[in-house]
Amino acid sequence: MPLDPITQSVIQAGLEQVCDEMDLTFSRAAFSPIIAEANDRADGIYAADDGSLIAQGRGGLPVFVGAMQYSTRTLVEMIAAGKVAAPKPDDIYIVNDPYLGGTHLMDVRFARPFYRNGEIYCWLSNTGHWPDTGGVVPGGFSASATAVEQEGLRLPPVRLFKEGVLDEEIYSIICSNIRVAEQRIGDVKAQAAALMVGEDRLNALLDRYGDDTVTEAIAELRTRASTQMSAFIDEIPDGQYKSTAWVDSDGVVNEPLAINLIIDKTPGHLRFDFSESSPPCMGPMNSVIATTRSAVYLAMRHIFPEVPISAGAFEPLEVLRPENTFLDAHYPRPVSGCAAEVSQRIAESVFAALVEALPNRVTAAPAGTSGNFGLGGHDPARGRDFVMYQLSGGGYGGNADHDGMANGCSTIGISKAPPVEIMEQNFPVLYHRYALREGSGGAGKHRGGLGLEYEIELRRGDATASFVMDHGRYGPQGALGGEDGAVNEVEVWRDGEMYIPKHLSKEQDIALKAGDRVRVRTPGGGGYGNPADRDPALEAEDKRLGRT
Amino acid sequence: MSKGGIVGVDVGGTFTDLVMLDPDTGAMRLAKTPTTMDNQAFGVLAALEAAETSLPDVALIVHGTTTTTNAVLERKLSKTGLITTDGFRDVLELGRRTRPNAYGMTGVFRPIIPRDLRLEVAERMDAAGEVITPLDESAMRAAVEALKAEGCEALVIHFLHAYANPAHERRAAEIAAEIWPNDYITMGHALLSENREFERGVTAAVNASVQPLLERYVARLRGELADKGYAGDVLVMNGNGGMVSSRLVAKEAAKTVMSGPASGVMAAAYTGRRAGALNLLTYDMGGTSTDVALIRDGRPSVSNEIEVEYAMPIHVPMVDVRTVGAGGGSIAKVNSAGLLEVGPESAGADPGPICYGKGGVEPTISDANLLLGRLNTDKLNSVKGGIRKEDIEAIFKEKLGDPLGVSGVEAAEAVIRIANAKMAGAIRMVSLSLGVDPRDFALFAFGGAGPLHAAALARELSVPQVLVPARPGITNALGCVVADLRHDFVQTINQPLDTADTDALHDLFATQSAEGEAALAQESVAIENVVRTFSVDMQFAGQSHVVRVMLENGTPTRETLRERFETAYWARFKVELAQIRANIVNVNCSVIGERPHLDLSTLIDPVGRKAIAEPTATRPVTFDVAVHDTPVYWRDHLPLAATIHGPAIIEQMDTTILIPPGDRAEGGADGNIVIHVAKHEGHHDAA
Repeated sequence: MPLDPITQSVIQAGLEQVCDEMDLTFSRAAFSPIIAEANDRADGIYAADDGSLIAQGRGGLPVFVGAMQYSTRTLVEMIAAGKVAAPKPDDIYIVNDPYLGGTHLMDVRFARPFYRNGEIYCWLSNTGHWPDTGGVVPGGFSASATAVEQEGLRLPPVRLFKEGVLDEEIYSIICSNIRVAEQRIGDVKAQAAALMVGEDRLNALLDRYGDDTVTEAIAELRTRASTQMSAFIDEIPDGQYKSTAWVDSDGVVNEPLAINLIIDKTPGHLRFDFSESSPPCMGPMNSVIATTRSAVYLAMRHIFPEVPISAGAFEPLEVLRPENTFLDAHYPRPVSGCAAEVSQRIAESVFAALVEALPNRVTAAPAGTSGNFGLGGHDPARGRDFVMYQLSGGGYGGNADHDGMANGCSTIGISKAPPVEIMEQNFPVLYHRYALREGSGGAGKHRGGLGLEYEIELRRGDATASFVMDHGRYGPQGALGGEDGAVNEVEVWRDGEMYIPKHLSKEQDIALKAGDRVRVRTPGGGGYGNPADRDPALEAEDKRLGRT
Repeated sequence: MSKGGIVGVDVGGTFTDLVMLDPDTGAMRLAKTPTTMDNQAFGVLAALEAAETSLPDVALIVHGTTTTTNAVLERKLSKTGLITTDGFRDVLELGRRTRPNAYGMTGVFRPIIPRDLRLEVAERMDAAGEVITPLDESAMRAAVEALKAEGCEALVIHFLHAYANPAHERRAAEIAAEIWPNDYITMGHALLSENREFERGVTAAVNASVQPLLERYVARLRGELADKGYAGDVLVMNGNGGMVSSRLVAKEAAKTVMSGPASGVMAAAYTGRRAGALNLLTYDMGGTSTDVALIRDGRPSVSNEIEVEYAMPIHVPMVDVRTVGAGGGSIAKVNSAGLLEVGPESAGADPGPICYGKGGVEPTISDANLLLGRLNTDKLNSVKGGIRKEDIEAIFKEKLGDPLGVSGVEAAEAVIRIANAKMAGAIRMVSLSLGVDPRDFALFAFGGAGPLHAAALARELSVPQVLVPARPGITNALGCVVADLRHDFVQTINQPLDTADTDALHDLFATQSAEGEAALAQESVAIENVVRTFSVDMQFAGQSHVVRVMLENGTPTRETLRERFETAYWARFKVELAQIRANIVNVNCSVIGERPHLDLSTLIDPVGRKAIAEPTATRPVTFDVAVHDTPVYWRDHLPLAATIHGPAIIEQMDTTILIPPGDRAEGGADGNIVIHVAKHEGHHDAA
């Protein structure tokens, strides 16, 4: 007898609950503020045979929406091929190799086999963004790396916990190769504790409903998610849709990189072809295939948030492997920009291609950069080195109903920016300004949201500034007759002289001394619809409030 | 009635509820009247009239109002100006750079104070409280004049790092007061001395912009009550579960914003303490949403980090009430995957569920309860639209049953199952985020719909017992009657535990405690006992979350702090990190003036109780696909110590209690009913 849809709904909610509880445990106990405060992590349940996604927590960072099933799949394949040690109960593998289904090195995955009756029933896995995994710059976002070795320590899948016990030898190798290693034990324990919680809760679910029923429900839910995604994409008329999005440069060679997307819509199916995009690049703006695919999935989920996160939902979305492009990088291409920047340009290309077909669901392009400004140096007053990150938001694109939101977070994230007061408490900097960037929203019937502008002074000692941002060359695209949002701008003021990075949005190791300042203006969102159709009352209000 | 009556009156979204207690005779009167949104005082007066209150005989009126809540949510605020540090006037609008939902690149955010009323002056402190730029006093004067000329009624002065050194804010406030004598000037650091400029700024802005509204409202209410012969003070509920004189309340008006849900939780804690149930999860299910809170050792858990809505944080200590998006009006539908979903859309109060007969056509949780026989169909007879049970069943069949391949009634049962699973999941998330396992708690069910779902929810959560108070539908008003006086203090110190100056810490606790006692002394209400609670918020260096560490007194040693923190951390995360340094972030003190104890045994009039439990009727109710002939009892007629085995329904004026098969309800002191919940029997769940 086929399983009734009501029990399926209950089991679906139960599986998501398991993942949500893992997410919560991980965040609450984590040390790294990137995990604890910025929620740069995700937890999920993956199939035993091929690592395909069964369920993932609703609070996971969007960029991980599709990526984690690839790393689990690779692990399963490597175990089967004898390339990785076979699992035992209570083992936990650690892996961060981008080419094995990952993102960038800082996203460290744990995977734990989940046993029922002596056999692996599924995998529990999570990812957390570690503040540092070694490499040439603190934090790993080198703007000018030309090989992955410069970006940090690369870990193949190894068992960090063996039958429940932390392998101190492996751990000591890791700690010897990363910065602020003494705090990592807190994140490691939190990450492992989250998987333990997942194990308890999943056992409870299986005990209650029976293994056979849950197994059947998982299979059926996958089919249903696929059907549901197909039904949604059939809102798009059959045909071909094209777009181009530009990455400013790779940080090494000062040439723009093109993401050329052709979408073919046939009944119940979308095919994404990026094969006309730029070739692999020298600098760190390459994307690995897992991240490229994940970026498409996350863009589609922004468009259709109703669809659950499961492998079934991705089935109607066929992303062709764009071989010989910078969106399918292989060893040793550097990749640190893939999760934070390139993924957002890929999402932008999906939005731009589909906004005319789905004008009520898709917005004009959002700022689409994580706005990473890193400052590392020595604080003489405290007698210690520091590494500071200022991540910032930008304007969202206008949409069918409203102007874009001001200072929204990146397309791939859902994280809070740190308060100015806490930044000044922790680092030798003084903010002179933290404000709406006037006039930055692209004009339109509904204009783009405003970006942010800030100015930071180094108060003491020496430091170096690095930038990994984007949209410095071309602003976020307007849609349906709307204009582009303002471009990202970086100015470095040294001894009263202004310096603009040659790559506009990317540069590494700009030397600063006390009194020097950095000014950043983040992109405004693209406008939506013809500016001539804008309600005069809205225009007058914008003028009155100094927004335009 | 003797001259000592205590009245609690709470304004809710739909009804204004009243409890009047005469402590001398134990006499109790209750009333429920429609809320009057434009001026809540009319509803309050109507409730007093409905309870036939003789105002000259009332000694104390405690009032819960949503005046400030509604003003914030609807942005119907007093015109308020902001003067802030040069370069930072947009902090209130920039927020912390997020979006309302993880998926969907849209959102709307309206700042509390519009951009043209946010002005800047030159001044600057650094994080250590050292002056970097002195306050430009003439610019300050000009800014005050400008806002005054704009017609502002209230003013916020919010400078960076004022928590570390408030000198500039104080001087600026003096200047403002000279040229613009005004009761509504809020300094950012005064309400909340905590780092984080956005949260502190929003808290101050909310405070200033609701002050004039609240002041006018309570003044008018006081006048109306005085005209009718009431000679006492009106006390107003705060979100911390304490109350404060209406003459003082506007000073810290932001504290009233989340007071409605807080008073319900205070009543739950009070009821629980009397019944010996000290650890409770409260479950208040209403029409559009459900509020959940935690009570440990008889005290509600309090948080400084409540968000009233998206990006609207109010960081003052408040009873930690979490809202989950399911209520009686939540709409059920079959989604494009062919699966049944309940919520998040709600039919609200208008048109409301189909059974309200106000034009609702979408199947809701309330309609499902009615179809299953759990709610009394007699209620339909009073409906204007002439809705019949058959009409509802037809809609359930068409919209849910047919796509799912089941009957209308089976679909209704599925709706309840899914809704319960969803609410149970949300309650688990709330308890886990507060660091507790729900199985260690009893469920305290109130609100109009809480007792209908509580037993099934408890089973989902493996919670063994449900406590249903005597009057679940007027719990918030009861919270007003039993509330204590309360003052809370928070100061950020941000010091490593190893080097923190413990003498300075003890002094800070002493100062906070003395300020609280002084504030209590200003109130005109009888206090039996003063309780001081001391706590610190701590974290390991490098972390961003804090853990609250409760202390026995205000003079802890360094060792005590360390031990308590490690214990609290282990209890919460099962992680032990001896190698990492700990920090003290915030220092907190609460001073509570406990009022004389009140007798709640007459909430249900003992005179009406009968010697044996006899059903007033029997009706068919569906449980797990089977229809049971289910006895229906009238609660007011039950013997105090009645034992009732499920399936059964207990009806009363303000709610319906459902006792599923296998569960057992027992009556007890104060008229509470405890439902003993049977465990799950394996996997019987195929509907």
